[in-house]
Amino acid sequence: MSTAVLKTEVRLFRREPGAIFWILLFPTLLLVILGSIPSFRDHQADLGGLRTIDVYVPVAVLLGMIVGGLQAMPQTLTGYRERGILRRMATTPVRPSALLSAQMAVYGGAALVSALLALAVGRLGFGVRLPQQPLGYVLALLLAVLAALALGSVVAALSRTTKIAGAIGSAVFFPSMFCAGVWAPVQSMPHLLARIVGCTPFGAAAQALNQAAAGHWPGWSHLGVLVVWILLLTGAASRWFRWE
Amino acid sequence: MWRQGASREPDAMPVIEVTELRKSYGGRTVVDGVSFAVEEGEIFGILGPNGAGKTTTVECVEGLRVPDAGRVRVTGLDPVADHARVARVLGAQLQQSELQPKLTVREALELYASFYPSPLDWAPLAERLGLTAKLTTRFGKLSGGQKQRLFIALALIGNPRVVVLDELTTGLDPRARRDTWALIEDVRASGVTVLLVTHFMEEAQRLCDRIAVIDKGRVAALDTPAGLIRRSAGATVISFTPSAPLDDRDLAVLPALASVEHKDGRITLSGTDETVNAVITLLARHRITAHQLRVVDATLDDAFLDLTKADTKEEAA
Repeated sequence: MSTAVLKTEVRLFRREPGAIFWILLFPTLLLVILGSIPSFRDHQADLGGLRTIDVYVPVAVLLGMIVGGLQAMPQTLTGYRERGILRRMATTPVRPSALLSAQMAVYGGAALVSALLALAVGRLGFGVRLPQQPLGYVLALLLAVLAALALGSVVAALSRTTKIAGAIGSAVFFPSMFCAGVWAPVQSMPHLLARIVGCTPFGAAAQALNQAAAGHWPGWSHLGVLVVWILLLTGAASRWFRWE
Repeated sequence: MWRQGASREPDAMPVIEVTELRKSYGGRTVVDGVSFAVEEGEIFGILGPNGAGKTTTVECVEGLRVPDAGRVRVTGLDPVADHARVARVLGAQLQQSELQPKLTVREALELYASFYPSPLDWAPLAERLGLTAKLTTRFGKLSGGQKQRLFIALALIGNPRVVVLDELTTGLDPRARRDTWALIEDVRASGVTVLLVTHFMEEAQRLCDRIAVIDKGRVAALDTPAGLIRRSAGATVISFTPSAPLDDRDLAVLPALASVEHKDGRITLSGTDETVNAVITLLARHRITAHQLRVVDATLDDAFLDLTKADTKEEAA
């Protein structure tokens, strides 16, 4: 990791209004819109007495990392490869892997900032309680970010052009959003569907975050699913990634 | 401005050494046994038609490609195994590459300067390449020539011992091209070794101390520009408009004749000084006056065409 490269990539990220909006602001904006619907602030018996807005905070938290990891990062990395930016970097003492790790740091960092923003707005705007098991929450959050970055790296590895990266990214994006619970939170899914979704990285992350939010230590099965995905995806990305 | 604080003891070891280099892609041999050595402080040219293997050869020197066979050494180091150390002393300008579109010229110079242990001061370098007015412009907004000049600056910013320039002046206007040539001469004058890939004969003739002509993955010739011209069959070109028709049979038997061409009553012959003397004797014997007689040395262009053509013949035989 080169700090100069990281600084540059942070600076370049700040010049991408689209990425800033979709990663940092959109998840919280969605939360605000949903929270403005009066019925979403009512306690629901089928959500275990929680309000809809309560279960959408973890969804918003995951949304930023899905957009950043699956949509933004693979497109940027594929563009860097396509344009020969990685090649140019390969002739310097700093290897092109410095760009790769800087990109992961930028999008991982942005996803965490986005998550903090969603938690803060949920707490201040709608009285959603902060995670009751903070340590477990942070652990689940970090694993989810790693999984998103690993999945994004696989997309970047498999895509020869930015167009393909966009297409594969979208193909993985919608199922990921579904698993994270954007359309229906995991708690309200039928049992079997919830079990299946729980085997996907973002489904497992959503359930781990929910548990930690409610004050329990996140289930080892969910954390384990995340770890397995991270290992598998990282292995696949490093095997298939091409520098040019 | 160049090689600040660099002290080097003279040594006999070539700065770049390429021995029997081979590289093929998917069964197609691109580089087929290329060997050459570039001495310290030399401007060494690699000349050749498109697809001759020039770029692949220099990419092996830069450590971007792993040779299938053969040996490449830069300052005695293997560019692949010893990449970090080679990268510190080698500056590269690639034939096709870009930067992040929203990175400004100044940020690019500062970023790349930060990669090297003792970089040049970027401000005078930018000034020298006419980039001072563009420092806050983003890469994506630069013209082709400005991008090219920025890449030349980035090749030099690390204060390298060796620079590899692939298609140095492609995309530059004639004025910028001449300025760039002067810059490269200055860089060399400070002791930097230059490996230059080009297909501009004028550029090669002006800049290079020695040239390797690469054709079909092999070194077809390696000599000074003047040596290459001398070596080619038609090193001297004689042209004139005869006052009376000349018999082609008389022309055909001229000594050391390489080619004969008739156009609009004008005859152009190429050969050697011996050919010139024989033509003059022939004309005198037939009492023919040679109007607008011109005797010129062939250019590198002619030599290049001759060298790469000869290679085709050999292959056909």
